[in-house]
Amino acid sequence: MAQTAYSSTPQQHYHVPQPMPWPIMGSAALFLMALGATFVFNDSSGGWISIAFGFMILLYMMFRWFGDVIRESEGGKYGAREDLSFRWGMSWFILSEVMFFFGFFGALFWARVMSVPDLSSLLHNEMLWPGFKDLWPSAGPGFAEKFTPMGAWGVPAINTLLLLSSGITLTYAHWGLVNNQRGKLNLFLFLTIVLGATFLGFQIYEYGHAYSELNLKLTTGVYGSTFFMLTGFHGFHVSLGAIMLTVILIRCLSGHFKSDHHFAFEAVAWYWHFVDVVWLLLFVVVYWL
Amino acid sequence: MSAVLDDHGHAHDHHGGYGGIMRWITTTNHKDIGTLYLWFSFVMFMVGGVMALVIRAELFEPGLQFVNPDFFNQMTTMHGLIMVFGAIMPAFVGFANWQIPMMIGAPDMAFARLNNWSFWILPFAASLLVLSFFMPGGAPGVGWTMYAPLTVQMGMGMDLTIFAVHLLGMSSIMGSINILTTILNMRAPGMTLMRMPMFVWTWLITAYLLVATMPVLAGAVTMTLADRHFGTSFFNAAGGGDPVLYQHIFWFFGHPEVYIIALPAFGVVSQVIPAFSRKPLFGYASMVSATTGIAILSFIVWAHHMYTVGMPVTGQLFFMYATALIAVPTGVKVFNWVATMWKGSLSFETPMLFAIGFLFLFTMGGFSGLVLSLAAVDIQLHDTYYVVAHFHYVMVAGALFAAFAGVYFWLPKWIGRMYDETLGQWHFWLTMIFFNVTFFVQHFAGLAGMPRRIPDYPLMFETWNKISSIGAFGFGLSQLLFLYIVLKAIRSGERAPQRPWEGADSIDWTMLPTPAPYHTFETPPLIK
Repeated sequence: MAQTAYSSTPQQHYHVPQPMPWPIMGSAALFLMALGATFVFNDSSGGWISIAFGFMILLYMMFRWFGDVIRESEGGKYGAREDLSFRWGMSWFILSEVMFFFGFFGALFWARVMSVPDLSSLLHNEMLWPGFKDLWPSAGPGFAEKFTPMGAWGVPAINTLLLLSSGITLTYAHWGLVNNQRGKLNLFLFLTIVLGATFLGFQIYEYGHAYSELNLKLTTGVYGSTFFMLTGFHGFHVSLGAIMLTVILIRCLSGHFKSDHHFAFEAVAWYWHFVDVVWLLLFVVVYWL
Repeated sequence: MSAVLDDHGHAHDHHGGYGGIMRWITTTNHKDIGTLYLWFSFVMFMVGGVMALVIRAELFEPGLQFVNPDFFNQMTTMHGLIMVFGAIMPAFVGFANWQIPMMIGAPDMAFARLNNWSFWILPFAASLLVLSFFMPGGAPGVGWTMYAPLTVQMGMGMDLTIFAVHLLGMSSIMGSINILTTILNMRAPGMTLMRMPMFVWTWLITAYLLVATMPVLAGAVTMTLADRHFGTSFFNAAGGGDPVLYQHIFWFFGHPEVYIIALPAFGVVSQVIPAFSRKPLFGYASMVSATTGIAILSFIVWAHHMYTVGMPVTGQLFFMYATALIAVPTGVKVFNWVATMWKGSLSFETPMLFAIGFLFLFTMGGFSGLVLSLAAVDIQLHDTYYVVAHFHYVMVAGALFAAFAGVYFWLPKWIGRMYDETLGQWHFWLTMIFFNVTFFVQHFAGLAGMPRRIPDYPLMFETWNKISSIGAFGFGLSQLLFLYIVLKAIRSGERAPQRPWEGADSIDWTMLPTPAPYHTFETPPLIK
């Protein structure tokens, strides 16, 4: 019965899980990490220990919590109603991620359209910053060192191709899953992870290049701030996405998912496409224009 | 399917595998979690309240009496943060947890484990805030709005506050995703969107606002953190950034936040007023569209908090008109509540008293908001006690009064016992009178030019401040009576009848026993 519960049986009971200790562990982990980070940032001792301890608890908690969810899913406890809950939940989560990036894109917009032109306006030019010109990329009037902005048509263009291709391979993998072609699924999922990892490799190379040859750093005024924070948070999300894809690949190799019951796969695919779209925006407004 | 049924067949009145304190720590039950939220919120209300009393004690007389200016600033900052994020928001999430599943015929929240996590992040986040007092330099004294560049210069306590805001934001986002999913996916057959109780509607919109704005606040404080420690220049003009940028990002969150606090309060009042008027809510559909309208408008009015910061006149005009426009849907609501009472068979038990108190005082807060929305007037009143009076009419008389109304209204459903009606009425009148003694006079102090967030003031403001401080202590002490009333109801209250309020007709009253059993609606009811 459990095998067919997903699509056919009209469902009476929504799965309400039993009490569990994982959430409180997660809270304690976050607390330790926040406290540790505060100590590290202020050069007090012991911070790293607290962060490491918290992070280990967080990892353990995630293993156990996700493990429970995977067991329940494979045990047939999730029917159509639960599946729809996960879909709504993931959609709203992605909206919250969109809004997080929205804030940083807003900062970039403000710097380019408002603050840098304003600092070079007549008033400021005479009173505060003589000779400062409104030219983007700008590190602001108080920044003396020379730097070279990051061009769009080298590594970033290759990275765009990589991420776009990874979206295609992921869709092929999904078709493989839907059509019960497990070989195709595993192959294309693996390819997607490889493309994601290559992207990250290039990104690391680009950062190294920026720091060593372009003199472009996080501290390079508002251009450096927005460049590294936007691409950095994006890279962080790609890393998370790649880890999630890897977990999905391991699950695929262990024979998890059915052609009509695999929302975990789809959720990660949605997330991956979201990261993809953010990159396209980044490529246009951070690197290109 | 049998495995699924096994989990639930023996589920009545057992609390899972844990007992004692572990029951509360590990619970996945929406009623337990709702209770946790409400008690946590009350504790934070007391903590934030004590800070408010420190502020009012210092302001009783001109000159410096009890605390130094730096500590005074820490008090105003922490009072604001704790009341907004620790007291009011969790209180309404507590109501949402208790009531939404029971009002839409769901067995629990959609993500019961996530629900537990949303709550249990809060005490840890609050600990970070409180710990900041013990850091070198103390807690940040930057104001709850945490404006740059002051935040960039603060000590270690600022970092703890930033991380606390991150955690509070995570909690809110997870809680909101849960509420959205529950309302959109867990309604019983026949419970269409337009049949939902108004309280559920307001939470649907509120949760959407939270998911859309909390991450923006997280971004803002992350930029502050980066400016503090990683050498970025988001808010540093020498690097091409702009401190005003912080204000824009903050208020893009901050203004919807006002409605995040106000909308659930509207929801509670929209349940209470019809029940004690013995009439259905007047203009249900217009209430829904007004709520939606307020939510949409709340995204395009943020810069009315920043008229004095330097903005093109076109910008000021846009934000002024957009802000004044919010008076329209808000007016729709106020008139609907009044029309609900019109020719109703009214009775004035404590929940109704608080709802009517809300109606009076919140409308006043709305009007003073309209005054402040006018850019030309706001330039005179910006950062004065007029603003303090305005937002306390919205936050205290709006949100807190509605929360009291909600507790008195639903307590019988939750614990199966009645509160002491006489004491409840005392609580209302003491709260009502002392609230106005505290805050009404602040309008005058503000109009006369008294700035806010200042520990000392010229002699000319003394009378207003004396009255206000006396009111504040009376208000604070009156809330101990509330604690006593709730404890008394829990320990020795009279048994509540099945439907203590004859006019309350949502399905939590009509289809469930009183008190509500530990698990409700495990099989969805059919709503006709």
